[in-house]
Amino acid sequence: MTKSANGASVIVIGAGVTGLSAAWWLARSGVDVMVLDKGVVGWEASSRNGGGASHYQSPLFDEEQRMWPLMDELLGYPTEYQRERVIIAVSERQLHHYHYIAGMCGDMGYRVDKIDAQQAREMVPLAGDNCLGGIHLRFGGHANPQRTVQAYAWATQDLGGRIFQHCPALSIEVAGGRATGVVTPQGTFACDALVVAAGPQIAGLMAPLGVDVPLAAARAEMIVTEPAPLMRWGGVDGNGLYGRQTLRGNLAYGGGPHEWIDTDPAGPAARPATPLARNLARRVAELLPGAAHLNVIRSWSGIIENTPDGRPIIDRLRHPDNVTIATMSGVGFGLSPASGHAIRDLVIDGQVSFAEIDKLALSRFADLPVDWRSQRGWDPFAQAA
Amino acid sequence: MGDSNEAFTGTDAHAVNGKLPGADAHYDLVVVGAGPAGLAAALEGAAQGASVLLVDEHPVSSAQMGNDVPFWFGGRMTGAVQAKARMIEQVFMAQPLFEQAFDAGIDVQLGVYAWGLWRNRANLGALPEPMLGLADEERSWTVGFKAIVLATGARDLALAFDGWAQPGVMGAQGLHALLTRYDAFAGRRVVVLGSGDLALDTAQLALDKGLEVAALIEVLPAPQGDPAKVAALQAIGVPIHCNTVIRGAPSGIDGVRAAVIGPVGGDGPGQTLDCDTICMAVDVVPAIELLDVAGGRIVTDSARGGHVPQALAGQAVPGVFIAGDCAGLGQSEQAAAAQGRAVARQALGMEQAPAESAPEAFDRLAYRQAWLRALVAATPETVHVCQCEEVSRADLLGVQPPNYLPRPEKLGCRSLETLLADGPPDQEQIKRLTRACMGACQARRCREQVGMLLAMGSNLPVEQAPRAGWRAPVRPLALKVLADWNEADAMREGWDVWFGIPTQWTPYRDIGTEREAMHREALGGNMHL
Repeated sequence: MTKSANGASVIVIGAGVTGLSAAWWLARSGVDVMVLDKGVVGWEASSRNGGGASHYQSPLFDEEQRMWPLMDELLGYPTEYQRERVIIAVSERQLHHYHYIAGMCGDMGYRVDKIDAQQAREMVPLAGDNCLGGIHLRFGGHANPQRTVQAYAWATQDLGGRIFQHCPALSIEVAGGRATGVVTPQGTFACDALVVAAGPQIAGLMAPLGVDVPLAAARAEMIVTEPAPLMRWGGVDGNGLYGRQTLRGNLAYGGGPHEWIDTDPAGPAARPATPLARNLARRVAELLPGAAHLNVIRSWSGIIENTPDGRPIIDRLRHPDNVTIATMSGVGFGLSPASGHAIRDLVIDGQVSFAEIDKLALSRFADLPVDWRSQRGWDPFAQAA
Repeated sequence: MGDSNEAFTGTDAHAVNGKLPGADAHYDLVVVGAGPAGLAAALEGAAQGASVLLVDEHPVSSAQMGNDVPFWFGGRMTGAVQAKARMIEQVFMAQPLFEQAFDAGIDVQLGVYAWGLWRNRANLGALPEPMLGLADEERSWTVGFKAIVLATGARDLALAFDGWAQPGVMGAQGLHALLTRYDAFAGRRVVVLGSGDLALDTAQLALDKGLEVAALIEVLPAPQGDPAKVAALQAIGVPIHCNTVIRGAPSGIDGVRAAVIGPVGGDGPGQTLDCDTICMAVDVVPAIELLDVAGGRIVTDSARGGHVPQALAGQAVPGVFIAGDCAGLGQSEQAAAAQGRAVARQALGMEQAPAESAPEAFDRLAYRQAWLRALVAATPETVHVCQCEEVSRADLLGVQPPNYLPRPEKLGCRSLETLLADGPPDQEQIKRLTRACMGACQARRCREQVGMLLAMGSNLPVEQAPRAGWRAPVRPLALKVLADWNEADAMREGWDVWFGIPTQWTPYRDIGTEREAMHREALGGNMHL
């Protein structure tokens, strides 16, 4: 298809971090790509997360690790990527837990060093007397989600890709067994191939095509403090928290209970935070007693979708066979350099060149019972009561 | 996938269900803010037999003052503010109605910050009841209520000029509080920016308190406020320089030592006015923080004060009522008190919405914009518009990252103009990229001017200036103060780093193997990353 205002060779629905990375990878391969989003790029969970990039559980891990150190250069914009992570314990149970993870990673060939309490305090100056030690991941790292999503968007544009904000996908047009276009309030955009990376809204977009994508949305919360003196390793967490010290010095942490919610086809109507900020503040103060006097200046919540097993779905469908769907089930930011690559491969080549991801196929849910959410206690709160 | 092998229980131990506790204390009526509207609301509530809590954050700690929270204090407080207990006495004595409130049985709590307001709404159903978050310098807690009246007043409007980020540059609310409630103002000679009623009243108050007023500065061709007030000042020789803008504030050892003024749009010789304080009294802004975090709808209404609750005085969202300046500027103290009484009666279910007081017919946004335009023309683009994050006007409009990041060539090609090709300006997006409005003052000093600058840079009318939302805690609170140190067992036992889905973290190669079962037994869902 020649480049047209009314369409693109590949349309990506969803300018979250996964969709944007896919668009960037496609644009790098010279594909005419267009990204449609209901709002602003990276507006939802893609920019409201802990920024971690250390996902040893994923088949995309090797590519994640290979790509991150290259991203600033390849994108042309800073992502604030920093290497490695330190996880520290303030209870024996946590320490045991982290040591188990160290062993598990070691078995896979990923180096994790155990550190004792004194080493931990030397590496993490804000840690306190309550620190019992921890682990030092000699891989992975973290980056600034807000800056990274915009970097993907800009880099895609620099390669000729188009990004349409405030342009929600209302439905997918299908003809002859193929997706032929995306209907939006601004008109219908034609495509040769389609990537659906619309987060919680994937299910609603795919259902009319006879494709059942089991997803449940939930709300989770984070807090952030004013800047603390910069630590050598900003990727410090533990004590039931995920998060990091940003390059500015702010401490940004999340964790704790989530609330299952209904999915609104138009996107979340609101992202309310709760007094959970107090429980987060307590855990940050325990994790980093040297920062306990620092002010919390913001809290926020974001909406995340999960699959029934919490693992991603990255799959090029059989029907329609020009549609690829992608959800990272709440663990998408750090893996995005790799997930975009995988999506690019599926769209162009029909298979992923650098990893085996068969276990991420949608077909694993073919026999899922209709009440899978209720089985897991994942019904929206109002119904669960 | 081994879904059929899973033994699901029908509950999610890591979901929020049942984990958020109810409030620590309960009242029929909670009133936030002890200005004219709030005091009247609390007294009315007590008169009607309700149990009433009246909280006011004043006196705030010297640390909050140092962050210009909640007002723009500009570092011009005396050391007296460091003795909070003494200051509570001072603030109490400065308002005779407090004693009346005590006598009426109202639980009056001074020096207490209201930092969060929560109620179940879209995508939030887990709260056992609506709650207000409170804190002092030591700890935080929550209170429940049958109804709450927000009478949170107004805060300062700050606009940047050369030298504005130094001690001695402050807002009218900050000066007013230090002079009347705290009796702790450290300046002697003041230049007042603006000539509306706010500026005229500020100058008169300063004079009444024995200070010198060097001049009032007005960018428009004529004084904007009540002619009688103008005449009163002029009669005693206080000059009002019209068609004039502040160009800068030279520094001395204690901050401001002078104001340099000159004609609007002109580059001719300026005039230096000796002073130790420059008080920006162009306008104030309704304090909508708590209503915003509670999900109240915020709209733009120039006459009422810019970004204001969509609701007028009365019920803004179910159970949450607003009264006084936070519902819209421009009424007298007497009118605010009458409104507070009426809203309290409404909150207690006794009568319908109070009669509206028509705001004065003054186009506040146009006035603010006139000031902004004059200041932009007189101020180098390298001057920071966001003090906390040190973001200059040039970097804001260039959408450039902070100084600790590299600026590769491609970033130099990006700007507000290129972003506008993707959609209308979005203050949240600009915040994330430039860090403007992301600092420790919670954007009290910059959010309005950043919004207006973005509108100006986008050729949009000032009414369409984008808005940055408020987030709890709407006062900066230390981790150890905000922390819940008496956490419920349910919260602790159900806590997980993420969703607690055990299969989520199984190493890919181990899926479906014995090792997966082993990992799950060892770690449950809590696989830290």
